Amino acid sequence: MSSSVLFDSPGPKTRVRHRLYTVIAVAVVVAAAVWLVMFLDDKGQLTDAKWHVFTLTDYLNVIWHALLDTLSMAGAAIVLAVIFGVVFGVGKLSDHAFVRWPSFLVVEFFRATPVLILMLLMFFQWGIGGGFWGHGPYVSVVLALMLYNGAVLAEVFRAGVLSLPKGQSEAAYAIGMRKTQVMTIVLLPQAVKVMLPALISQCVVALKDTSLGMYIVAPGLTYIGRQIYIEQRNQLQTALVISALYIICNLILTVIATWMQRRLVGTKKPLEVGMTALAGANPTSAK
Amino acid sequence: MHDVFSNFDKVLSAFWLTIQLAVLSGIFSLLGGIVLVAMRIGPIAVLRWLATIYVTLVRNTPLLMVFTFIFVAAPTLGWFTTTPFLLKGVIAVSLYTCTFVCEALRSGVNTVPIGQAEAARAIGLTFTQNLRHIVLPQAFHASVPPLTSTFIAMAKNTSVAAVFGLAEATFRMRYFTNRNADVTIWIFIIFAVGYIILVELISAGGLLLERRGKAAR
Repeated sequence: MSSSVLFDSPGPKTRVRHRLYTVIAVAVVVAAAVWLVMFLDDKGQLTDAKWHVFTLTDYLNVIWHALLDTLSMAGAAIVLAVIFGVVFGVGKLSDHAFVRWPSFLVVEFFRATPVLILMLLMFFQWGIGGGFWGHGPYVSVVLALMLYNGAVLAEVFRAGVLSLPKGQSEAAYAIGMRKTQVMTIVLLPQAVKVMLPALISQCVVALKDTSLGMYIVAPGLTYIGRQIYIEQRNQLQTALVISALYIICNLILTVIATWMQRRLVGTKKPLEVGMTALAGANPTSAK
Repeated sequence: MHDVFSNFDKVLSAFWLTIQLAVLSGIFSLLGGIVLVAMRIGPIAVLRWLATIYVTLVRNTPLLMVFTFIFVAAPTLGWFTTTPFLLKGVIAVSLYTCTFVCEALRSGVNTVPIGQAEAARAIGLTFTQNLRHIVLPQAFHASVPPLTSTFIAMAKNTSVAAVFGLAEATFRMRYFTNRNADVTIWIFIIFAVGYIILVELISAGGLLLERRGKAAR
């Protein structure tokens, strides 16, 4: 850690002090862990009865299908969000004010609205009572996630196009390409490369947000988890198992995003956009 | 719509709860984030690992599951059985958000060029002076944009509390849509505008902080 801005390389006295801190920290951590295990055991949380359901094939099967539902909801939402993002991202870059302004308003509106109230709108306006071809809750979750993540991706997309060197579009115009050609042949393919890691990171957000579907009884891990703990009264264990499944999926996505960042973008900073037009307007974060 | 406007005090009190939840969670997650980032970039390896593990696990857990731990699982262990709902909501949102605050602060520290600290040491500033006058002001300034994003996301995330029965804005929206199913869209727009005002206030605050701290480079 000699290359830290915070402190110089430690001398002999400091190293002794650090060793002392390490010993204290380890002692505290071990004591806390031992206490936690004893506490959980005392409360009967470590008994076989509490964990047994997670070894039964029937339950595992149900959890597996819930996981597939969760993943398919997130996947469908991201695919739709990419389409939404490209349409409104290009819309925000348009030369025509009558395209630019509505795109701006749509993106800003859905970026600043909580996903949960979007879900409530979708479900209670159109999804309830057999709406959305009988899959009301499922489609409501997908559409709500599409609107929110699509609005974020529109911004990512716009930032991606703007991050390209100006010479790219100038050269394209110079050889006689039209506006649409410049966008589709020259700018889009390069922007996609820059935005891919940000897109995968957005998948993590979408996957986590599928959990909110529980509020409108959409299928998925949180809904099934709730059913299991209501039936088996093993709230802690179910919460741990469901959380672990989410964490594993998200870590896999994060690894993919990091790998893509390294492969496609190199050492340049990952693309980041603010949460609103106001916060994203500053040049420092668009660097 | 008449129902909503004649009961508009209910809308306002719901947003007041949302604001309380957001402000309290903001304070606690800022404090938690500072502790976490101190552990994460400090010299003690054990604390570094601990903070990294906590941040990695919690960042990848849905907020709804964090709420489940606090509101559903913890009471079975005898914890938080008499804690007020608002406080439990603040605990859940803060436990989740402090990991993002930690990352925002860490990215700020990482933007400070190492030459700054080296120059400070070279002219004889002590460790504390170095942090106080050179590193932390620059690090904080660089953290403002990601911190703003974090707090905007947090303000919107307080809506999850509705799932667990906290009568904040989202909960109240569902109450009104249940009673007036014919005007769901308009009720949605009223509540969405409420959230948008909150969010834009936070981003305006962030922008102000950022402008104020701007240094010539």
